[in-house]
Amino acid sequence: MADQADDSKTDAKVATWPKAEDRRLLGQRTSRLDGPAKASGRAKYTYDIKPPGMLWGKMLRCPHAHARLTALDVSPAQGMPGVKAVYAIQKPGAEIQWSLDEVAAVAATSEALAEAAVKAIKVEYEVLPHFVTEEKLAAAPQVNPGKEETEGDAAGALAAAEVKIKGSYFAAPVAHNCMEAHGQICHWTEPDHLTAWCSTQAVSGAASQFAEGLGIPAANVRVIADYVGGGFGAKFNVDRWGIVCAQLAKLAGAPVKMMLERHAELAVAGDRPSAFAEIEVGAKKDGTLTAWTSKSWGSGGPGSAGNPPLPYVFQIPNRKHQHSAVPTHRASSRAWRAPNHPQAAFLTMSALDDLAAALGMNPFDVVTQNLAITGRLEKTYREELEIADQLMGFRQRWHPRGDATRGPVKRGLGMSLHTWGGRGHRSNCEVTIHPDATAEAKISSQDIGTGTRTVIAVVLADSLGLPLDAVQVRIGDSRYPASSASGGSTTVGGVSSATRRAALAALDQVFAKAAPELKAAPEELEAAEGKIRVKAAPDRALTWRQAMALFGRSPVTATGANPGAGNLTDSGVGGVQMADVTVDVETGILKVQKMVAVQDCGLIVDLKTAESQVYGSLIMGISTALAEEKVIDPVTGITLNHDFETYKMAGIGDIGELVVRMMTGPGYDERGVIGVGEPPMVSPLAAIANAAANAIGVRVPWAPLTPRRVLDALSTKGVA
Amino acid sequence: MHPIEYASPVTREQAVKLLGTDPAAAAPLAGGSDLLALMKDGVETPRRLVSLKGIAGLTGVRSESGGLRIGALTVLDDLAADAALGFEYPAVTAAAGRLAGPQIRNVATLGGNLLQRPRCWYYRNGFGLLAQRDGKSMIPDGDYRYHAILGNEGPAYFVSPSTLAPVLVAVGAQAVLFGPQGERRIELEKLYRIPKQPGEREHDLRPGEILTEIHLPPAAGRKIASYEVRQRTSLDWSLATASVALEMTPDGKVTQARVVLGQVAPMPWVALAAADVLKGKRLDVALATQAGEAAVHNAVALEKNRYKIQLAKTAVKRALIAAAGIIEDEG
Amino acid sequence: MADEHDRDDSPPGGISRRDFLRGGAAAGALGSAGMLVHEIAEAAKKGPAPVAEGLEVFGPGPVPVRLRINDQRYDLKVEPRATLLDVLREELELTGAKRVCDRGTCGACTVILNGKAVYACSQLAIDVQRQPIETIESLARPGYLHPLSAAFVEHDAQQCGFCTPGFVMAAKALLDHTPSPTLKDVQHGLSGNFCRCGTYAGMRLAVLAAAGHMDDDEIPIGSGDAAGAKEAAPKGGKGGKAHG
Repeated sequence: MADQADDSKTDAKVATWPKAEDRRLLGQRTSRLDGPAKASGRAKYTYDIKPPGMLWGKMLRCPHAHARLTALDVSPAQGMPGVKAVYAIQKPGAEIQWSLDEVAAVAATSEALAEAAVKAIKVEYEVLPHFVTEEKLAAAPQVNPGKEETEGDAAGALAAAEVKIKGSYFAAPVAHNCMEAHGQICHWTEPDHLTAWCSTQAVSGAASQFAEGLGIPAANVRVIADYVGGGFGAKFNVDRWGIVCAQLAKLAGAPVKMMLERHAELAVAGDRPSAFAEIEVGAKKDGTLTAWTSKSWGSGGPGSAGNPPLPYVFQIPNRKHQHSAVPTHRASSRAWRAPNHPQAAFLTMSALDDLAAALGMNPFDVVTQNLAITGRLEKTYREELEIADQLMGFRQRWHPRGDATRGPVKRGLGMSLHTWGGRGHRSNCEVTIHPDATAEAKISSQDIGTGTRTVIAVVLADSLGLPLDAVQVRIGDSRYPASSASGGSTTVGGVSSATRRAALAALDQVFAKAAPELKAAPEELEAAEGKIRVKAAPDRALTWRQAMALFGRSPVTATGANPGAGNLTDSGVGGVQMADVTVDVETGILKVQKMVAVQDCGLIVDLKTAESQVYGSLIMGISTALAEEKVIDPVTGITLNHDFETYKMAGIGDIGELVVRMMTGPGYDERGVIGVGEPPMVSPLAAIANAAANAIGVRVPWAPLTPRRVLDALSTKGVA
Repeated sequence: MHPIEYASPVTREQAVKLLGTDPAAAAPLAGGSDLLALMKDGVETPRRLVSLKGIAGLTGVRSESGGLRIGALTVLDDLAADAALGFEYPAVTAAAGRLAGPQIRNVATLGGNLLQRPRCWYYRNGFGLLAQRDGKSMIPDGDYRYHAILGNEGPAYFVSPSTLAPVLVAVGAQAVLFGPQGERRIELEKLYRIPKQPGEREHDLRPGEILTEIHLPPAAGRKIASYEVRQRTSLDWSLATASVALEMTPDGKVTQARVVLGQVAPMPWVALAAADVLKGKRLDVALATQAGEAAVHNAVALEKNRYKIQLAKTAVKRALIAAAGIIEDEG
Repeated sequence: MADEHDRDDSPPGGISRRDFLRGGAAAGALGSAGMLVHEIAEAAKKGPAPVAEGLEVFGPGPVPVRLRINDQRYDLKVEPRATLLDVLREELELTGAKRVCDRGTCGACTVILNGKAVYACSQLAIDVQRQPIETIESLARPGYLHPLSAAFVEHDAQQCGFCTPGFVMAAKALLDHTPSPTLKDVQHGLSGNFCRCGTYAGMRLAVLAAAGHMDDDEIPIGSGDAAGAKEAAPKGGKGGKAHG
């Protein structure tokens, strides 16, 4: 997600966040507002919605990774009992680029009937050769080299470097695997009016996408997503299956629900591109980085994608980087929580850690030695490194590579740094204050686990001086004021800024009415403790009800937008993470004993849910480091591990002790609200991989660090 | 899932009648935790499920002439908690208690665990137990990271998935089978076979037969232990398991040994060479290591499953060390 | 616990195939979960199920099934292939149990059957008749929270929330049997469930905190007293805390 520049040229009043002493709810620990609905099972997700007369949609999928559709006859499904609509998605002649691509669809009165109808469709393919093994670059039928990025004289500096290392590192593709699969229910309320319940992280955008795909006015589309079972970057689009679902509903004249089956979700609904790199780094004997070259490649499907920003964080003065995209016959990758950064961190931090080992230095010292080339986050990193060191005892407990203690279980420490943007996105908010002194905020945003509702409520209540239970938050409906997708960690900054501006605009109206009553100027008033009062003389006050009575029986409504006047959000956060792992060198089993994450994100709206994002990132990161890998069969090109049994994720017993420290207070709060959903996801793999190298004495150059990979590395002495 | 018939007999005889003799036509339903998944994926398509839960006498652990009789329908959670079994064979209750996760242990049965189908992802993706395409195995060119390193001269490359089979085979368990011809009792080891032709199964059940009981001989002072190499604590499969049963003299010399490997071959793998190494010798870490080496001396692996040789070796060594109660201090 | 009203003399599997063929109660039933003549024909092509004279066989069409869910009796007509999860969600609109993997691995569909946590996706409804089944909807009345759910809220043991009901039910089964669990017990008891947002840290605290409070009164939602068990949990100070 690109950062957006603040647009400060409007005439609107410059908005600010309250000073530290005036914050009542901001920065406190507020429990997730929709927590009770979720923890009691009463929250209704898309998967749970069932409008009257609803049909089930199912799709026929191509079993081949690369094929030409030579014949398709949907008519056998047409007449089957319970079948209400049949739809050919692709036409004969179409070239299919990945396995489980959608070919045709049916809607029937039950899921079982729809499944049976799908099986009855007659289809023929001409199977074409596939390529899915991009780690073997030389074997790739097609390689698309990207532009070479250079700075200074990389080759010269490398030749002159006092110490240098060369390494190859590989990260496998990993899936999003949201708990709630992609899917939607499409319901035509009128011939050209569509209501869609959609598991999406882009409620506003989904409405336009449906409209475009269906050729109807966007104003006729309503998208609802009260609760969303995860997104992580996989749910920005309504996808072909969304449009197909609407087409089925139209043909059938009834609402149709179509949710992806888990095997399809894991095979076609998104993954993080693979990343491979050959890297050389040079440094002075004191650890000062002088040279970097990297040749990276990877695949994100036919179009391919994913150029990891190398070198990561450290702008080494003489550097050269080139990335090649390798098209493969597997479904297109999607933005995966902090796109390209986890791979970049793994590739860079592994190489720097190997360099530190060659220098005979503690990687902590190599990092601190080079903080000057991290740019404007230098001070943040420096502060975070000190805290992380204290929490982990890194400098004190660190040992040179290879735990020399007896026994097969070796222990080691590793670290990594990361950065991310996170500026609040475009968002609009409408605030209404009712005569009974309750307030509501409407934003067509979504909660994919973010805590969006909670954040909006905290900002609104804090701004209006009302208790939390006096505010209602309405999101997840495209009829509310537009808001951007939840991607790039932009949501919290966006919705909190828009809400703040809307609340302040509403207050302006209230202050204007209340000022004469309180014999003060409007700018002398404040809203606090359930009252509208004179700042300098808090006893001169109206209760909110009294203030609202001045408007008769009408509520007060105001809107706010982000970006807008005033710096309510910013971009650019830094984080430091450290890992303490044990590795059994006889079994290759790696266990995370402890992780420390120190993270900044500007002004924290709700500490509880902000911390949860960091814990969640650590856990998801541990999972990707230990086990996650999409396994594509070289023989058939299909995804072999498309269930929870074989697509392995960490469970509750696999995560170790987790310590999270948020950077707050002076130096951080003034920057305004910045998102934190992605940045802490960047470093875990890198930190864990480095800790493993520290433990066993050799680099495990492949991610995930499964027993197989660890044992392979031990037998090859770390050479990939 | 395809449509099915369902029956809930109350006797073994009824069950056998309902099952008929074509395993593709009707299947016994015990815990169902895996069978239903196979049916949803279209890998198994029995037209009828015959629930065995209503049959009296197929659950529980009973002592009998020094040994134990365990009903095949005993769920793993009950097995893990059984006092008599835990007293005689703590290695068995421990293995049952570690297996999968609670929701599976609460419904999955001993019989289901012993007879479950392989987890091979080619089989589960519908390519058949032998994973053949155009008469040729897909495994050597495919992704075989979890596949067999022993008993893999072909055409079967999957691994036997049961976590309990190795330890039960090691202690000399017997299986009681009931079928159209009545009851028979065989060594549990003999229940397993390596299929050689498409269409053959990995279990030596005769048409219409069900597993009704497992008999364990008295532990009789044998030293018994298992070691599982399992990456995750949450719901995961062992990558290699070794179970050992040793008869030892009071001064630590091995007189009889059974070493059985799991998840490394298409059947629970009795490592005779490892037992030979142990016999007549005093068990220490060096001997345990040697036995581990012997257990895999004839293993055949390629690039992607080579690590399993190391895992199997380690599992044997550690199971032996655990069985003998050796404190490993030489690193 | 035994519910006398649930006892009756109907066969354990509901209506039998003989009844069906005689034109009994199930004849012509092709309801929302109906099956196809086509499918029956397909079945016949693959070879019929064995003939078993004198023995009752149910289905493959819809047959009466009696379920005992949250202390209520439900008489339904479903096909033998219908899973408990699909019946809960599709027939009874009890959507707290989620369908995620549908293959008995992820835990999102966890319910309590006969006092034990099970995957509802891996049980046939017809095979669990008359046995007590608890779903998350039974934990508290609408508008109230069970102390265990409240602990999940207090410790933010959820993000997207899709896995949460399954975890709550697995945790309930654990605490019902192990009222004072250790951290290891919690990890063992919840090892059959997966979360994608990464909320295990909060869950460990939530379940430990709820221990000993399972019989507390349900808590009105919005009362602010999210967890009666709050005090039992390690306190996290502003600015940092450890989830050990």
